[in-house]
Amino acid sequence: MSFASTAYNAVFRRNSVFVGSVFLGAFAFGIGFDVGVTKFYDYWNKGKQWKDIRHRYVQEE
Amino acid sequence: MLSRLSAGALKKAASAGTSRSSSLFNGARSASVRFASTKASAESFIASRTALVTASAVAVGSVAWYTHLYGSLPFLGEVHASHLSDEGLHPVAYPWSHKGLLDTFDHASIRRGYQVYREVCAACHSLDRIAWRNLVGVSHTADEVRAMAEEVEYTDGPNDQGEMFQRPGKLSDYMPGPYPNEEAARASNGGAMPPDLSLIIKARHGGADYLFSLLTGYIDPPAGVEIREGMNYNPYFPGGAISMPRVLFDGLVEYDDGTPATTSQMAKDVTTFLSWAAEPEHDERKKYGIKAVIIFSTLFALSVYIKRFKWGPIKNRRILYNPPDTTGKSH
Repeated sequence: MSFASTAYNAVFRRNSVFVGSVFLGAFAFGIGFDVGVTKFYDYWNKGKQWKDIRHRYVQEE
Repeated sequence: MLSRLSAGALKKAASAGTSRSSSLFNGARSASVRFASTKASAESFIASRTALVTASAVAVGSVAWYTHLYGSLPFLGEVHASHLSDEGLHPVAYPWSHKGLLDTFDHASIRRGYQVYREVCAACHSLDRIAWRNLVGVSHTADEVRAMAEEVEYTDGPNDQGEMFQRPGKLSDYMPGPYPNEEAARASNGGAMPPDLSLIIKARHGGADYLFSLLTGYIDPPAGVEIREGMNYNPYFPGGAISMPRVLFDGLVEYDDGTPATTSQMAKDVTTFLSWAAEPEHDERKKYGIKAVIIFSTLFALSVYIKRFKWGPIKNRRILYNPPDTTGKSH
């Protein structure tokens, strides 16, 4: 079975499954995108943000 | 040449031509045919009186508006008896750690800057718009900020008896000011009001560069410049005479992270702190900026692709005209 027909049977065949996959995909993309951008941002600003210097000041009980 | 004209135009030209003498026939016909569609039927609007009146009204109106807005006529030079020093020296553009499009604040610097503000600046300057809680997770831990807030007494109330009472500060309290009101601030500073520093970076031309230059730029007044008693000379301050004396000197504070407290280090730290105070959303804002640029550029590329995809057949089609076969028929 080709990829196209697999995709058709898995996602597009029923509208309820299709709408559900759109919502799920948006949710997953939102989280993944946020994680990715944050990872890059933290790498770019290594050592400058509060989470990087917090350990110097916080007292663990 | 005439084959490209419609039959109606030809007919019109022919009927016009027949009424004239035969010597003028050729010239008159070709001219009226050539200009039949382009010549304006009536007098054009551009040459009308309405257009003249409208254009004059627009010109007079825009000059009047400009004069009202800027107080002087446009395109006329003016002479001012002023000097560049009245504007203040322009600050150098410094490479701030938060200057780049993707750069956050240096939070260790914010922490040191808060210490400088608390120990030096807070003697005269308030920081009205910053609450203790704003420092939590930015430069201090919650426990540290709570301890700092508790050292300050706040007036609260009224209680059950309708009386105001004193209580130690909480995280939700705003930073205490050095003076109870503006009059007290002026009275203590020779009539000059130390401005609130919450938004000072946004409120001054040059922002952080200006503030750093001002704090480190105190020099003796040059020859010929008179500075009154109680005033100080600073070339970066508009007018040159500033009430605030130089306050930052090497070793004035002692940083808890061991950074040498030079004048420029303290000025840089307190400027970073005040940049944060003026723009606490700064770090979050730049992160959202990255996301927005990625998402919107992707959507833009997608829309360009879809436009080209949809327009492809329309742009590439070829329109052919096959004239009907008229051979053997009379016109």
